[in-house]
Amino acid sequence: MKKLLIAVLAGILASSAFAVQPDEMLKDPALEARAREVSRDLRCLVCQNQSIDDSDAPLAHDLRVLLRQRLAAGDSDEQARKFLVDRYGDYVLLKPPLKKTTLVLWFGPAILLLAGIGAAFAVYRQRKLKPVADVLSAEEKARLDRLLKDESAS
Amino acid sequence: MRWPVLIPLALFVVLLGFFGVRLVKMNQGDMPDDIKTVLIDKPAPQFSLPPLIEGGQGFSSADFKGKVTLVNFFASWCVPCRGEHPLLAPLADKVQLVGIAYKNKPEDATAWLAGLGNPYQVVAADLDGRVAIDFGLYGVPESYLIDREGRIRYAWKKPFSPDEIQHKLLPLIAELSK
Repeated sequence: MKKLLIAVLAGILASSAFAVQPDEMLKDPALEARAREVSRDLRCLVCQNQSIDDSDAPLAHDLRVLLRQRLAAGDSDEQARKFLVDRYGDYVLLKPPLKKTTLVLWFGPAILLLAGIGAAFAVYRQRKLKPVADVLSAEEKARLDRLLKDESAS
Repeated sequence: MRWPVLIPLALFVVLLGFFGVRLVKMNQGDMPDDIKTVLIDKPAPQFSLPPLIEGGQGFSSADFKGKVTLVNFFASWCVPCRGEHPLLAPLADKVQLVGIAYKNKPEDATAWLAGLGNPYQVVAADLDGRVAIDFGLYGVPESYLIDREGRIRYAWKKPFSPDEIQHKLLPLIAELSK
């Protein structure tokens, strides 16, 4: 079972590595690993929901090669990322950066969740505090008597 | 009925308003999957490209100086470019119209232009697509309007429609050519 799991996982990993062609890889394994790491967080602009590391689109290939050239030329990861952001905007980053225009994106869901919990709590408290009459009204008593009489008659 | 009951209804109305605005904008051509360019009002990239046809005229970013230029990236393998092509020729007497063949074999691009007609004043070749990346290009056709000082003033990242040319591009060209 464990072996099977490992085989399946290896298969998944191998298939996700197919987009990067051997001829685009850098000779220096450490640099190549950095390139893989950075390109996993860069959006392929053609397919839009894949990283350039995953995508077979020709533009993704070009961007991978370009990224490797930048890293090989001595760019830091941050500089290489900025190179692409300067051209394609924040959209090229799969993780949107935290800044003024993305505050709603980052914190909106949490605020909505808290608001929902608050609302649910308020409603719950209101219900609990509502006084419940513990004596039957005359009308209810009459109905209950009628029902009980029916029960005993049948 | 107490007023808090109306909160969900109010939220729903806000949501409907949001959907409504987006639908109207989409009708006007503002699609949610459009990627907005970040280069507006920034200087055009520095580049120098060889001519598409040997012996012809190449194009470099220095040639932006003093002229309002429309740069149109195209390729013979690009089907939407074919649809856009007839709309370009009428622009040639209003701007410096530059065609850049994006990742296109020169003989293919040349044959394509020979077949359909060449609307461009200059046709350069971006064989490896590297200059296109500096423009933030992600597909063809894409067009960029560059002012006399070499700044990008407008980008259209899909095929032109007559409507877009009439209502956006031409007025902007007129304004920049003043």
